[in-house]
Amino acid sequence: MKNIKIEVKDLSLYYGEKKALKEISLEIPRNKVTALIGPSGCGKSTFLRCINRMNDLIPDVKITGQMLVEGIDIYDKNVDVVNIRKKIGMVFQKSNPFPKSIYENIAYGPKINGIKAKNELDEIVETSLRQAAIWDEVKDRLGDSAMGLSGGQQQRLCIARTLAVSPDIILMDEPASALDPISTSKIEELVHELKEQYTIIIVTHNMQQAARTSDYTAFFYLGELIEIGKTNAIFTKPEQKQTEDYITGRFG
Amino acid sequence: METTINETENQFFSNKKKGVDIKGKLVVGITQVAVLLIIAILFIILGIIIYEGREKFSWEFITSFPTDGMTKGGIFPALIGTFILVVVMSIAAVPFGTITAIYLTEYAKENSKIAAAVRFSVRTLAVVPSIIFGLFGLGFFIQFMGTGMDKAFNGGELHWGQPNILWASLTMSLLTLPVIIVSVEEALKTIPRELREASLALGATKWQTIKNVVFPGSISGIMTGTILAVSRGAGEVAPILFTGAAYYLATLPKSLSDQFMNLGYHIYIMSTQSSDVEKTMPIQFATTLVLLILTLSLNLVAVIIRSRIRRRAK
Repeated sequence: MKNIKIEVKDLSLYYGEKKALKEISLEIPRNKVTALIGPSGCGKSTFLRCINRMNDLIPDVKITGQMLVEGIDIYDKNVDVVNIRKKIGMVFQKSNPFPKSIYENIAYGPKINGIKAKNELDEIVETSLRQAAIWDEVKDRLGDSAMGLSGGQQQRLCIARTLAVSPDIILMDEPASALDPISTSKIEELVHELKEQYTIIIVTHNMQQAARTSDYTAFFYLGELIEIGKTNAIFTKPEQKQTEDYITGRFG
Repeated sequence: METTINETENQFFSNKKKGVDIKGKLVVGITQVAVLLIIAILFIILGIIIYEGREKFSWEFITSFPTDGMTKGGIFPALIGTFILVVVMSIAAVPFGTITAIYLTEYAKENSKIAAAVRFSVRTLAVVPSIIFGLFGLGFFIQFMGTGMDKAFNGGELHWGQPNILWASLTMSLLTLPVIIVSVEEALKTIPRELREASLALGATKWQTIKNVVFPGSISGIMTGTILAVSRGAGEVAPILFTGAAYYLATLPKSLSDQFMNLGYHIYIMSTQSSDVEKTMPIQFATTLVLLILTLSLNLVAVIIRSRIRRRAK
């Protein structure tokens, strides 16, 4: 059990009457990269957003089942969702930096948490930007607007911003899908480095990316979890026929 | 069946060759005439005002008091009165309107009955004739609140229970509230959902998100709304008719319980009730010119800010 960071038990999600996730049960291992793959509309992004309770923001959504992080059900009534999101960070498909300076973007999280001392903030900003492999590119213009960065840089900025609040788990929803190949490979390298310290769950529609970057892969289809296992095994010897069909491109 | 070149030519060019597309040209023509007519009317009005008021329109006019039964002198007290009016009005309306807009955009649920009621009220307020605001101001602010305050604090002595600049400003703030709410809402809506999500995903509370991400983005909307409100408040007369505007005051208002002079009201008084309407004509025109310059330039500034907001939304 010590190696399992998240345990999901029969998690279902309803948009009104429509059942979008059907009794999902799986385990996410600690300090590994787990990829969620599947065709469009299969529920992988919806499932990802359940982990940091971002689906709470959508009206008419009902969630049943359990999502245990380190043994605690984050959907328990007594849990403060704000604290969960400090431990479980998220990087979105389209980078969404605040219309503020680079420095202020990274300092946003720590400031929210009450850190006011400038030297502390400076340190966190630098550490986070270094971890996101973008420090050298922006260290001389921390006061410039984040909106002036390129797409790939903005995404790495968003990753740095997430790291600045010291989460345990980082959720990535197709983080490189809007980026060019060079930026994409930078992000993938980053994911590889980050897993030493963090547990990473990444949604991707790009199977090669999943094969390249992840240790474990989960295949979703029509709201159900079809198969989950070591990435190597999934891509060479999948157990379910549906998995095999998807991986070999029989349907997309 | 292949057609000959000639036949194809005839087919493709037939409309142009046959002559003018009468209906099309007629519609364009009528539209052009209408536009020119509107512009012409505007310029004629402006032209008359500028021409008739030009001899009186001067720096001295703006900075001196009226004299000789308002047949000579300037409009300084009216200008100051209008200024104080819009300032107090803004202090009352802007925070109130901003908070309402933030509530409607950020807190109200989709099918909330309260939000629907607020929206309905705002829309209705926006179309209520301004004289009704004046009557409301008289009945509620002056006769109810004012006399109530007098009974409570002054032992019944008449102080607040009569027209003054405070009640007039508050009345005007009700009139301009919808403008502010709509402008702020418009600006808030241009803030993409992704920014709020980014803030929440970092572990911020809703209030922290509003304070740090949403509110800074609404400032331009607040500015637009305020400028539009001020422009409206500077020009409207009906709400202040019985709530505080005065025909002639020898001194400037010193406290909120004083009455005040006002540009729009001044024009009304001079054109209908002055001792010698003919003689005061140039003054009337010049005052109108001042008021027009004021409101037009304020509106222009608001338009510019608003177009910047719209450009940001793209």
